Amino acid sequence: MTRSARIILCAAGLAGLVALLAWGVAGLEPFGHYPGPYGTVLNSVEPHERHAANVVSAVVFDYRGVDTLGEELILFGAVMGLAFLLRENREENTRGVRDRVPSEALRAVGLVAVPVVVLLALDLVAHGYLTPGGGFQGGVAAAAGLLLVYLAGDWRAMRHAGPLPVVDAAEAAGASGFLIVGFATLIASGAFLENLLPLGTFGKLTSGGTIPVANWCAGLEVSAAFVLIFLEFLEEIMAEREAK
Amino acid sequence: MTYAPYALAVWLLVAGLFGIVASKNLIHLALCVTVAQSGTYVLLLAIGYRKHATAPIFSDVPRSRRAVDPVVQALTLTDIVVGLTVAALLLAQAVKAHEHTGTLDPAELREMQG
Repeated sequence: MTRSARIILCAAGLAGLVALLAWGVAGLEPFGHYPGPYGTVLNSVEPHERHAANVVSAVVFDYRGVDTLGEELILFGAVMGLAFLLRENREENTRGVRDRVPSEALRAVGLVAVPVVVLLALDLVAHGYLTPGGGFQGGVAAAAGLLLVYLAGDWRAMRHAGPLPVVDAAEAAGASGFLIVGFATLIASGAFLENLLPLGTFGKLTSGGTIPVANWCAGLEVSAAFVLIFLEFLEEIMAEREAK
Repeated sequence: MTYAPYALAVWLLVAGLFGIVASKNLIHLALCVTVAQSGTYVLLLAIGYRKHATAPIFSDVPRSRRAVDPVVQALTLTDIVVGLTVAALLLAQAVKAHEHTGTLDPAELREMQG
């Protein structure tokens, strides 16, 4: 099929899709008139049932924990697929590669920012079920902290700070940690991800029962996943540079 | 204006899908997938929004305060992160396709012709 024929066919299909979606949207409540009831119910019962101040985190790691486990496994599968693809036939010889950032000022400011970003990321994860944040957001921020080592310093320093075998293991530990929490509660209570641990006081770090555990597992998995993505692509670039 | 966010969601989805079909470059194609995906985020968040409501986080507002739907926020936040890793996987496939065939144009990949 030629490109123009494909585009015409696609445009016709999309016109149909737009008509269908417009029909569907016309049946929705106008913007701002939330019909409920799930969000309203959760917002009123969650503080009593789970004692976590951040209802979104309680939904992610408890009420819809099974769904989050599915998402985590997609993330795990995608990152494993990426590693399999990029590690195939890779030239391991990258000894001659030099990519040190030449500006001393940039290096100094950038490397000072690394601990600040990592600390902020840990704070995001640690208070994820109390204030805005959580394992997913904090995990990405932590990975960005390590990426700063490359951006401000050099690639070898980043690889040294997060060696691939360690990152692989962290990724697997995060994914299996979530599964272990699920199966442990399944054995103990008969329900997957049932919140068994003491719920603690509302608004305190010790609140939420199993939510903090699942939250830290997600933080570990997400940060490891992003570090792995950065490392694999960088390794690919450096191997190519060495080959030239 | 009460339907504008839904129209934006439909626009993002359709623009992304059209970009995927019309794409001449695998990297552009992977980014079009993320554009189409972001339409679902806008739709979810628009459905959960309530007028004069706060975020569903009660650390420093009274628990009786009206808040938006936490379920759609939870779906969106996990999917933004997971969607990025899927985009990374697509980009890795683009790298490999370029390595094996020397082109990023999907039309020039022999396996894609039909």
